[in-house]
Amino acid sequence: MNNIDKVKTIIIKKPLKLDCGKTISNFPLAYETYGKLNEKKDNAILVFHALSGDQFVTGINPITNKNGWWTHLVGPNKSVDTNKFFVICANVIGGCMGSYGPNSIDPLTNKKLGTNFPVITINDMVNVQYNLLDHFKIEKLFCVMGGSMGGMQVLQFVANFPNKTKTAIPIACTASHSAQNIALNELGRQAIMADSNWKDGDYLNLKNSPNKGLSVARMAAHITYLSQKGLQEKFGRKLQERDDLKFSFDADFQIESYLRHQGSAFVDRFDANSYLYITRAMDYFDLVKEYKGNVSDAFKKTKVKFFIISFTSDWLYPTAENKEIIIALNAAGADVGFIEIKSDKGHDSFLLEVPDFLITIKNFLQANY
Amino acid sequence: MKKEFHIIAELIQKNKRVLDVGCGDGTLLKHLKDNKNIDTRGLEISKKNVQICVSKGLSVIEGNAEKDLQQFPNSSFDYVILSQTLQAFYKPEKVIDDLLRVANKAIVTIPNFGYWKVRLNLLFKGTMPVTKNLPNKWYDTPNLHMCTIKDFVNFCNKKNINLFKSIALYDEKVSKINNNNLEMKNLFSELGIFSIEK
Repeated sequence: MNNIDKVKTIIIKKPLKLDCGKTISNFPLAYETYGKLNEKKDNAILVFHALSGDQFVTGINPITNKNGWWTHLVGPNKSVDTNKFFVICANVIGGCMGSYGPNSIDPLTNKKLGTNFPVITINDMVNVQYNLLDHFKIEKLFCVMGGSMGGMQVLQFVANFPNKTKTAIPIACTASHSAQNIALNELGRQAIMADSNWKDGDYLNLKNSPNKGLSVARMAAHITYLSQKGLQEKFGRKLQERDDLKFSFDADFQIESYLRHQGSAFVDRFDANSYLYITRAMDYFDLVKEYKGNVSDAFKKTKVKFFIISFTSDWLYPTAENKEIIIALNAAGADVGFIEIKSDKGHDSFLLEVPDFLITIKNFLQANY
Repeated sequence: MKKEFHIIAELIQKNKRVLDVGCGDGTLLKHLKDNKNIDTRGLEISKKNVQICVSKGLSVIEGNAEKDLQQFPNSSFDYVILSQTLQAFYKPEKVIDDLLRVANKAIVTIPNFGYWKVRLNLLFKGTMPVTKNLPNKWYDTPNLHMCTIKDFVNFCNKKNINLFKSIALYDEKVSKINNNNLEMKNLFSELGIFSIEK
């Protein structure tokens, strides 16, 4: 990827012990900011990205030249108004947009780390990003927010640093990755590892990348981000630039062509090893286990004001799983609000222009700032 | 704000924790939060109302009292409010039990089915009553278990629920309900407001 050296980074010097037991230090964390930090430093929002996201929340992503992943939500005069708020987002460690990850060079061998990169967790990601508060000398954030894996990071952040944010918005997420979601992630990982170009993760030091495997992983995952109704309405059985079936294995149907496009576009901007590491981190996420069966202990003394959002057609992180978080928060006597937004767009709803969702975020931030 | 809410607000002490079950657009909660420094929470079934509450800065959970009250721990609130909603539940008795589990005191208001206009409706018209407080037709009403002020008092007595305060409302006029005037209040009141405890 071009210009990757030009992304903003901070070097984290302080050693950090990862959940796997390994200690890392002197590593880069890539980030981007939008808006201005005010004098009181009370207008900062830390946004956490999801599996395939990065630090480029809004505007044009300088690496891909595409719109940022939350352009609908974040920007001047938008729900997360960057005229008012200072938005920070970092690329998670394990990612491939400039933060320490399998793409990083191992100083001992001068080769890319590949699968020598340690297995990381959501907890590790959050602990690393906490350094951004020191970097910007922010005593307390106004809000932490994120959807899907970003929502898991929100929960972990509040559990780890209960006094470091005023509000928290976990969206379309869970406190404990379900068997179904682990299964779907494993499907993606197996697709990558079955690609003969993967070479046990060492492909970065060789010529060819496991693009087919990563593409299949993305295709499978993309289906899980949509809903049956949404797919049926958008594609139905419509044919792709042809009048009739071709009795072949070409992309006869529009949905096939659409998925193939999603897969091939993804490999241009994402790294297969990062996909393995990040999905693994999601699978390992389990606040229930971390707090010995009682998630509410994670939020015992928190004064943070939570607002939880789920979507009616999201079957990946369904409302029932989001409600488990509310139950835990209520059990801890925490301050929590919740709404289930009506949408046919499945899990992807949090990334799309869903008016009720955008208005809810706007109102929540406005009413609490 | 309607008279009913003013009466409820007067029943609640300052600086307490309050859950409003079926909080609607949050009018009462906002009043309690702003004027009595109450730590407020709401439970509301309508998405639209939850949105309105969010814009008022209120912490409201979208949900149904019959399913979602159980998630609140025992005695997690000082007061729980149930305003003109009891009649809409499948199992009102279970809801009352749950209210008195999650809070030390419950304030329950009921549209009085014993109000004389309601009785006349049925007696002379021979049709299900439609009044100011009961505006729906029989086929589209959310109300499943209508009761009278007397029914509610009897219910509390039977269940050993302490009626801490019983108030009748008629045309903005407030009066106390006691054992001596129960029959009259049951006939001439539109609304009953009860502060109950176990």
